[in-house]
Amino acid sequence: MQVTSSVRDPLVTGGKTVKDVSHDISRQIEAKPTMLWWMAMAISLVLLAFGFYCVCMLVWHGIGVWGLNKTVGWAWDITNFVWWVGIGHAGTLISAILLLFRQKWRMSINRAAEAMTIFAVICAATFPAFHMGRLWLGFYWALPLPNTFGSLWVNFNSPLLWDVFAISTYFTVSLVFWYIGLIPDFATIRDRAVVQGNKIRATVYNALSFGWQGGAKTWMRYESVALILAGLSTPLVLSVHTIVSMDFATSVIPGWHTTIFPPYFVAGAIFSGFAMVLTLLLVTRVVFKLQDYITIYHIELMNIIIIVTGSIVGIAYITELFISWYSGVEYEGYAFFNRIQGPYAWAYWSMMTCNVISPQLFWVKKIRTSIVATFVLSIIVNIGMWFERFVIIVTSLHRDYVPSSWTQFHPTIYDIGQYIFTFGLFFTCFFLFAKFFPVINMAEVKSIIRSDSERLHNEGTPREVERTH
Amino acid sequence: MDVNKNFIVGVFDDEQSVIDAVRKVRAGGVKIHEVFTPFPVHGLDEVLGYKRSRLPIAAFLFGLTGTALALTMQTWMLGYDWPMIIGGKNHASLAAFIPVTFELTVLLSALGMVATFILVSDMKPYRWPRQFDVRSTDDKHVMAIDLATNKRFSKDDLTSLLQNAGASEVNEKNFE
Repeated sequence: MQVTSSVRDPLVTGGKTVKDVSHDISRQIEAKPTMLWWMAMAISLVLLAFGFYCVCMLVWHGIGVWGLNKTVGWAWDITNFVWWVGIGHAGTLISAILLLFRQKWRMSINRAAEAMTIFAVICAATFPAFHMGRLWLGFYWALPLPNTFGSLWVNFNSPLLWDVFAISTYFTVSLVFWYIGLIPDFATIRDRAVVQGNKIRATVYNALSFGWQGGAKTWMRYESVALILAGLSTPLVLSVHTIVSMDFATSVIPGWHTTIFPPYFVAGAIFSGFAMVLTLLLVTRVVFKLQDYITIYHIELMNIIIIVTGSIVGIAYITELFISWYSGVEYEGYAFFNRIQGPYAWAYWSMMTCNVISPQLFWVKKIRTSIVATFVLSIIVNIGMWFERFVIIVTSLHRDYVPSSWTQFHPTIYDIGQYIFTFGLFFTCFFLFAKFFPVINMAEVKSIIRSDSERLHNEGTPREVERTH
Repeated sequence: MDVNKNFIVGVFDDEQSVIDAVRKVRAGGVKIHEVFTPFPVHGLDEVLGYKRSRLPIAAFLFGLTGTALALTMQTWMLGYDWPMIIGGKNHASLAAFIPVTFELTVLLSALGMVATFILVSDMKPYRWPRQFDVRSTDDKHVMAIDLATNKRFSKDDLTSLLQNAGASEVNEKNFE
């Protein structure tokens, strides 16, 4: 019996035993990399190499190589920054908030989702870092370090500085949380390597596992640590996108100067993050044959979260429009009127279609339990969320207060290259993770499989046995 | 006989049988060295008689340190060391300092607690742990009983006690 409820689907199908879990997850770490993996890695590395060239050109020549101008001083860089940070939010939501709510279905997806968070935050951080131009001086501009100007300290009243603290704390805490979860699983791989007689792997994974033994006392402390980290990460993840939204909301630019931004950004972040989790996991589960762990039920639940957050985002868009009219501020009114039917109307309507209309298709059970439909819609949602940030940033800036400054933004190859760089970085990290780290939290999944599932498997599927009681 | 050298190791197949066994073994007056499980088994710490972890207190104290540090730093830097008027607000404007204070509280609390956890659990990346049974990170629950701390029981007593308590295997394990 895997799940005690008779009204819920089992979280792990196929009558898996505890031993099967170790085997199924550790298998791809122990095997030689497949051809498919090498191909995927090669493509990521090509993207990374091209992106790296663009980044080098940027550092060498300065940010003038980007398509920014005096009116549109922020464009793709901050769009991509917010997009990547937002994607990261799903990982923490799954691992922390769902842990606090005791949602056991998180267990087979939290590992990969948290890895995604960490890599996404690294990708996000590259944009503000390179936008500083002289990267090597960035520490003095961003951190309160003693310097030769006085010391002239950083401005703690600025949301941009809050962002530095928020993103770096978020990254560090997520990394620690993820790593703590990995420790017992590394020990499993170590002990399997001991049995298989692979000394090198055993030593490496022992070091990674900090010599984990799994004593009852350590587990007790470990659970306490996990719960508190979840408790800390929950307000943290909400604070991160709140602070990101304040980068805009505390300014006086029409279209940015909005109190609705923090909740609206957080909902959007979770929305896009779940879409990215789905994109990644739908591929991972097939490549690593994990269909029994990441089931249609998991996919359906994630799609339901997409409906909820997508609807919140939709309401936020409509509220923004209403308030811009109701406030009676003509600048605010113009900013939104310009979004809807100005030169960037195509971006606005792409955003509306992808983010507001497309997730509503998940109300149909056939669509939200279809793998192909979910995969396509998850990508559409992420495209939509990219357009959301682009619309907010560029359409608010390109019509300045002085009409003579009105202009358009055209990305150069270096804008595109920097974005490609982060894709290369993200997928390189993700494929390395998928090959060398357990992609599913083995210890947690084992705890939801009752050991008598083996017996039940012989008698029939767990669900059927459950019903006869 | 030295402590921490000679053990009787009981191997159990599932979490319920190990919890029952711990109850029986402890009722028999035997001191258990430790139980090793592949995943956290709820209720095991209670039957083993472990006190609740004090790590939450450590987390709170580290968090408090973070809060104090952040408020002191910001007030001193912008309020006294180089006072600046930004947006017409006070030099040291508490409201604007809240986000950084919050982040540093979380950061110190998390890092401090995890460091404490690693220290008190005596986890070291460069050291091999004592493995009573390699299967304890796979699918078996392993109970280790130190012979030296249970002198009034013979090996055979402990073996039969473990077997009666539901162990699927009982082995002897000696460390140098």
